[in-house]
Amino acid sequence: MTARSAKAPSNPVLRRILTNSGVSIGGGVLILFVLMAMLAPLLAPHDPFAQDLTRRLLPPFWHDRSVSEHLLGTDHLGRDYLSRLIFGAQVSLGVGLGVIMVAGAIGVTLGLLAGYFGGRVDMFISFIIATRLSLPIVLVALAAVAVGGASLRTLIIVMGLLLWDQFAVVTRAATQSLRSQEFIVGLRAIGASTPRILFLEILPNMRSTILVVVTLEVANVILLEAALSFLGLGVRPPTPSWGLMIAEGRDNILFDPWLIALPGSLLCLLVLAVNLFGDGMRDITGPKRK
Amino acid sequence: MTLFILKRLLIAFFVCLAVSAISFALMFLSGDPAIAIAGSGGRAEDAAAIRVAYGFDRPILVQYADWVWSALHGDFGQSIYFNIPVSEIIGNRIGVTLTLGFVAFAVALIVAVPLGIAAAMRPNGLIDRLALILAVTGQAIPSFWLGLMAIVVFGAWYGWVPISGTEEWQGYILPVIVLSYYALPAMMRITRSGMIDVLASDYVRAAYAKGLPAHRVIWGHALRNAVLPLVSLAAVQLGLLLSGSIVIESVFALNGMGRLAWESLLRSDLPVVQAIILLLSLLYVALTTLADIVNAMLDPRLRGGSI
Amino acid sequence: MTEPLLDIRNLRVSIPTEAGLLNAVRGVDLRVTPGDTLCLVGESGCGKSLTATAIMGLLPRYAIQKHDGFAICGTDLSHNPNSALRKLRGTRMAMIFQDPTAALNPTLTIGRQLTEAVMLHERLSRSAADERAIDLLDRVGIARAASRLSLYPHEFSGGQRQRIMIAQALMCRPSLLIADEPTTALDVTIQAQILSLLKDLQDEMGLGLLLITHDLGVVAAVATDVAVMYAGRIIERTPRAELLRHPAHPYTRNLMKAIPNPGVTPRGEPLPSIPGTVPGLIGDMVGCAFRDRCAQALVPCGQDPLPSRTIGTGNRHSYECWLSDEEDGA
Repeated sequence: MTARSAKAPSNPVLRRILTNSGVSIGGGVLILFVLMAMLAPLLAPHDPFAQDLTRRLLPPFWHDRSVSEHLLGTDHLGRDYLSRLIFGAQVSLGVGLGVIMVAGAIGVTLGLLAGYFGGRVDMFISFIIATRLSLPIVLVALAAVAVGGASLRTLIIVMGLLLWDQFAVVTRAATQSLRSQEFIVGLRAIGASTPRILFLEILPNMRSTILVVVTLEVANVILLEAALSFLGLGVRPPTPSWGLMIAEGRDNILFDPWLIALPGSLLCLLVLAVNLFGDGMRDITGPKRK
Repeated sequence: MTLFILKRLLIAFFVCLAVSAISFALMFLSGDPAIAIAGSGGRAEDAAAIRVAYGFDRPILVQYADWVWSALHGDFGQSIYFNIPVSEIIGNRIGVTLTLGFVAFAVALIVAVPLGIAAAMRPNGLIDRLALILAVTGQAIPSFWLGLMAIVVFGAWYGWVPISGTEEWQGYILPVIVLSYYALPAMMRITRSGMIDVLASDYVRAAYAKGLPAHRVIWGHALRNAVLPLVSLAAVQLGLLLSGSIVIESVFALNGMGRLAWESLLRSDLPVVQAIILLLSLLYVALTTLADIVNAMLDPRLRGGSI
Repeated sequence: MTEPLLDIRNLRVSIPTEAGLLNAVRGVDLRVTPGDTLCLVGESGCGKSLTATAIMGLLPRYAIQKHDGFAICGTDLSHNPNSALRKLRGTRMAMIFQDPTAALNPTLTIGRQLTEAVMLHERLSRSAADERAIDLLDRVGIARAASRLSLYPHEFSGGQRQRIMIAQALMCRPSLLIADEPTTALDVTIQAQILSLLKDLQDEMGLGLLLITHDLGVVAAVATDVAVMYAGRIIERTPRAELLRHPAHPYTRNLMKAIPNPGVTPRGEPLPSIPGTVPGLIGDMVGCAFRDRCAQALVPCGQDPLPSRTIGTGNRHSYECWLSDEEDGA
């Protein structure tokens, strides 16, 4: 008993510092990326679409044959790589945000319904979740984009239709535990309408839970977008997506590896920041670690 | 026990049905498949002939039933591009994907479980921190990029492994490492947290109180309970590895099912894509159902059929 | 006087926390002789479970343990407690936990859990170990034991599980049994059965029993001696009869008043409770830990060292308090 009530070090000092620094460092880096995306037109030294075939594949500044005008060199079409990298943040974050809105709307609604009504509704929605989980996501997304025609909007809708599962699972569990709490029971007793209870009472009570899912899923979306673009069925050229830039750099992989190293590093850094932030938020807000 | 398994199988059956309907529907999302086959420049008579030949003129439910019935017999139709049975093409390619997926899975498991246990033994210790770094980076690095960078560093710079496109075992080294690194973090984390929970439990203290040495407590008492959540996760991860092969196979130019799916998509060979989606989904359903059954065998509390 | 099964002097256990060192056990002496039942009584958080855990050598790694003398069953453990303790655990001493549901491994059969220790320690064959398990299960009142070895813990009731725990503890025929709140998780009717079972087994096997409880009813039923613990110290120790007749420390007297007494407390009247809360245990503590809640607190109560007073015959009843026995007139 006594041993239980005393705090074990698995929780306190070290861990809290670790998680807090996760939130602050992750959040800080994330803000830098957001600023980079929003201020891209101001920050980028060149037009990211302007080609100059006479100045193709110039190396970045740490090579001796570099050209100071293009700090990070140019790609196979002579476009300024730094500018394309900066604009790439817009694509990653934009797609991330768009997909999360679609996926969140679907997942949260399904989760609320399943958790609140239980019984057959729950069974049916759980079945939909199981079906969604069993689909190979990259392949289905590729196929859907291939047949649906590749545009940024299709890409966002397709990914949104595929990535709602975590929202549904988490919302369902949270709703189940809220449903039986006194204030909800009371509201039902005084005859509050079901949509009112669901969206005005239950939903606001799990803001922090959903926020955690949002951040962790944004990381997933960014990775999936990059993979789809890399496979040539995501963002279309000439839009500067980091995944697409890696694909474009692949032909010159052996001689100009920075073409893939740079966008990939940014991708890693962004996903790492989002994950650190999300993990930290989960540890701080959630009573239970998963 | 039997009831539990029957229930699981029933759910699995319905999921399979839904998944097959989705894969089937893909064929029709693009519009008229007959025109797709005839080519956009094809004559209307050709399209009409194809429609009859492929049976596209029949009611859609009949076509679906026919497709499912044939698929059950291993007949996924003809490839539009190669004009040979889809099953034959997939049969030639699936070996690479399964080898890659299972080997990567085994490697991930062999690393993740001991690492998770070691991390749980001393939370916040050195091993725990290293494992955390490994997990956090593993979740952030896109596997296709890691693969490319590995090719640059180990293939081109050091020349330790063939760069790509070989069916020899050396060609599998980098893909296996990259793919297992992708699966590792989740499995490591769940082993760690499961183990931490179990080590704090009374029955582990009771096992020590009986005078059992630490290794007997950990292997005999703790691990069995700590792996319960790992079983389900491992099934999910194996499914993800197999379907994630599409990216890795195209990075390393391995002639597997994933690369086949990608190529087929690019040349609009939808029957092949359909069949691969169906196969991967069914594999996933089979794996997760199997995991549930294994869990029920490991955990006697589940056997009563109360769940 | 026979050699004590447990002889521990000035045991101290501290736990590092964010706020500082939490001194949970602050100098405890315990002696248990064969055939005796020593009840360690106190509120939750007073350090009694931690004391038991320390004796078993099962403290978590981060806890800091010190003592001035530590002997179990005649083995001196002052110098190299860990390896020596491990040899004694399960063989010479055994432990019964508070919650039998949590203390039995849910995924192993009870047969496996009962026999694994004895097969290891005494190199018994499976059949011999099974035989002993069946004997003991029989003895603790699990009917048809032979056919139930292959069942899992969840297939038994709570009371049965505690019987199984007791059987498990006795498998290697220990001389010292430590029971940490063995009846707290059980229904009242089952509690009495388990207590009388423990008492019977003790008489039969000559066990020394260290029983940890917050329940004075349990003390009244089974104790030979009682040690009352408050904020990490034993503030009063006495034979059971003395405790019931003549509790000396103000805390003990309050504790005695706080239990419902069917004959004395009029129905419907609220039970008297002790005002105030247990002091925080972070850092050093000077003087009597109970003085803030004590109605009879005096000026010197904030000073160290507390006088240890002995009353009655045979020096068996002692307590730590500035109040002398005569002054308590109230």
